Amino acid sequence: MSTAVIPVEAKPRTTYLNAGQTLKSWLLTLDHKRIGILYLISVTFFFLVGGIYATLIRLELLTPQGDLVSAQTYNKLFTQHGITMVFFFLIPSIPAVFGNFLLPIMIGAKDVAFPRLNLLSWYVFMTGALFASYAMFAGGVDTGWTFYPPYSTNYANTYVIATGLGIFIAGFSSILTGLNFIVTIHTMRAPGMTWFRLPLFVWAQYATSLIQILGTPVLAITLLLVALERTVGIGIFDPRLGGDPVLFQHLFWFYSHPAVYIMVLPSMGVVSEIIATFSRKPIFGYKFVAFSSLAIAIVGFLVWGHHLFTSSQSVYAGMLFSLLSYAVAIPSAIKVFNWTATLYRGSISYDAPMLYALGFIGLFLIGGLTGLFLAALGLDVHVHDTYFVVAHFHYIMVGGALLAYLGAMHYWWPKMTGRLYPEGWARFAALVVFVGFNLTFFPQFILGYLGMPRRYYTYAPEFQLLHVLSTAGASILAVGFILPAIYLLWSLKKGPIAPADPWLATGLEWRTSSPPPPENFERTPIVTWNAYEFRPQEEAEVIGGGKPDASSLTGE
Amino acid sequence: MPEQASTIAQQVDALFYYWLGITLFFTVLIVAAIILFVVKYRRRAPGEIPRPIFGSMKLETIWIVIPFLIAMSLFVWGAKVYFAQYRIPKDALDIYVVGKQWMWKMQHPTGQREINELHVPMGRKIRLTMTTEDVIHSFYIPDFRVKMDVVPGRYTQMWFEATKPGRYHLFCAEYCGMNHSRMTGTVIVMRPDEYQAWLSGNTSQLSPAQQGEQLFQTLGCTTCHLNGGRDAGGRGPQLAGIFGKPVQLEGGQTVVADENYLRESILNPSAKIVAGYSAIMPTYQGQVSEEQLLQLIAYIKSLSPQSGNAAMTSANAAQAASSPNGQRR
Repeated sequence: MSTAVIPVEAKPRTTYLNAGQTLKSWLLTLDHKRIGILYLISVTFFFLVGGIYATLIRLELLTPQGDLVSAQTYNKLFTQHGITMVFFFLIPSIPAVFGNFLLPIMIGAKDVAFPRLNLLSWYVFMTGALFASYAMFAGGVDTGWTFYPPYSTNYANTYVIATGLGIFIAGFSSILTGLNFIVTIHTMRAPGMTWFRLPLFVWAQYATSLIQILGTPVLAITLLLVALERTVGIGIFDPRLGGDPVLFQHLFWFYSHPAVYIMVLPSMGVVSEIIATFSRKPIFGYKFVAFSSLAIAIVGFLVWGHHLFTSSQSVYAGMLFSLLSYAVAIPSAIKVFNWTATLYRGSISYDAPMLYALGFIGLFLIGGLTGLFLAALGLDVHVHDTYFVVAHFHYIMVGGALLAYLGAMHYWWPKMTGRLYPEGWARFAALVVFVGFNLTFFPQFILGYLGMPRRYYTYAPEFQLLHVLSTAGASILAVGFILPAIYLLWSLKKGPIAPADPWLATGLEWRTSSPPPPENFERTPIVTWNAYEFRPQEEAEVIGGGKPDASSLTGE
Repeated sequence: MPEQASTIAQQVDALFYYWLGITLFFTVLIVAAIILFVVKYRRRAPGEIPRPIFGSMKLETIWIVIPFLIAMSLFVWGAKVYFAQYRIPKDALDIYVVGKQWMWKMQHPTGQREINELHVPMGRKIRLTMTTEDVIHSFYIPDFRVKMDVVPGRYTQMWFEATKPGRYHLFCAEYCGMNHSRMTGTVIVMRPDEYQAWLSGNTSQLSPAQQGEQLFQTLGCTTCHLNGGRDAGGRGPQLAGIFGKPVQLEGGQTVVADENYLRESILNPSAKIVAGYSAIMPTYQGQVSEEQLLQLIAYIKSLSPQSGNAAMTSANAAQAASSPNGQRR
């Protein structure tokens, strides 16, 4: 990757970054790229907050007895950690940041179908975040992110309603984003951009949007019922009033299991893009990978009951949910096999995004296969609600979704900022994250099988060694997160100027300049090629806003 | 590996090792393939463009069908173990468990009570009938590989047969509030003779059925529930012999008189009216504690010739609680 020496042009090129410099021009922007950046800043902030909770949790668990914080505080810590990470980081992370920034460019559009709705979605998200943050500062909530009644409705003496309201509101931003993307993909594709020429990231976003639209309302209703039960005692979950507490678990997981796919499907889309680019090969079995996203989105709605194998649900219902859970594992397996096959006879480079993508495959593989332990009815009875589950979903959420988020961040950083990040540091950080992650979460599989229940503030002394290993891993992981924060911020000012296409990649986003002009392209692109059709660089035509130069980044 | 201290533990572990083997196989297979490709096909010239390969129907079929078949083997095996865990045996020793924030209260069929300790004989099937006074808890003995949620407003059941004398962790596995992590206890497995000795060292109490009988008198149940029912002039149905039997309801439906049905009939009598009787029974909600409810039920069970004979799986329990007849509420 080399940066051509280009004479500074007399007139600075207009990019989405220098099109307006005032705070107002950012806060009232209708540009999908700027909204993506607003989301980037917001969700990264919440990742930091969630990370601080995680740090305190791991420190408390260094010793079997409770010493760092009180039991009540510990319960609030893991609750806030879950809520912040799930609802305010993972769910919006890739769709709202990279989806917003890239999806219109990838399909050759000027913007999303409803730019105002898009801006509204960010404000709705921030309003929800405000309520949740208020609850956090007022005293927090201690129900676990799952809000199971009757604890959440009749017993918890914490800020359940304020937090629930925050999630309720933030949910609408998720619905708006999903709606916007579906309409955009249907109606705004450039001439020649047929469905099967779409990058797989777009397919993944499409599948994700379906879940956001269909699933989120159920969560909203469920949280509303919890609030009504808490305030006026409507008796839908309270057995003393004829209600059924297990009904809540059905409603909650009807959203929250598909929500796992909201978090991981976009990550799979990111990985498809990165694997193709850094092996310079079309994704093996494009249609299988594309349709597997849809299959996951659809079948993902039918497996919620596998969270209830020990909840006194009928054993026959348990069997059905177990069977369907295996069905949803197959499309995930298809993706892993196809990514691996894509590498065959490729031209593979070891740039940081590729390291993250390869790490993703390995960790997602372990996360997925351990998920099948949990889908096996007889095994789940033993490991349900233990650290085995905690390890499993962190392999999916952190090993999967977060690694993909970091991979995406590096891969599209030159496009978003117009600067190159320092490759050596980035590779090093990727390695640190990988090692730290495994040291943190692998011991938790063993803890779980040994019988250590989750959400325990104190624990039996025989579990201590594994907890110490886990905490040691978490401190390495933290270094792996701090490093990119430093060098990425450094590169904003000091990084080399990025060319339009630093990777010799194929997507339309690489056919416009870095950073792109406000309208993305100077003229509407006409697509005559398939996704991942790699050609020598000189053939690729840049239809964005001219040549990159330093002045175009700052507007000076 | 945790201790294998119940009959089910080996079955669960066998399943675990089976899938661990498959997990290792696929992880090694994929990771080895990735490492091989990444090294062998590393980029050798900056501008090189490899020949595209678009896919292979044959390969796709192979890696859809084979994983599917393997997954089905795990499904079938998992379901088999699950049935062994949750099909409650008939000839079991009945122990009643009531959870509350943050303790476990147990009562033995001979009346002994324990808190956060459970003494059981080795080599005997133990059936736990469980409920809670407040939030959801979950009764978990890792060394036995058994776990069952304890849900307010209904009875859930689980069973185990301990195979090794010793002391084993009892954990609450469902988050239940501030001292969730202290809602732990010990299951003490004894040789049968030791268990008998332990029981006889604590014989001052009445059995749950006897306590239930006393309650039955003091709560005035006998005024209406006479032997012989309506034919004998009773305003309520006869209770002797009904446990585990189908009951004909007003409106034509039939329901099996299991623990959850009896519980509902005491707390919410008008939910299911027995055919031929009218809804005159008052509710006993708030007048009897969870433990007293269990004692009343134990008494009604003891009146029944089928006592201890009703294999109630959690499936039945759940069905009864959610009322497939739509009679309830």
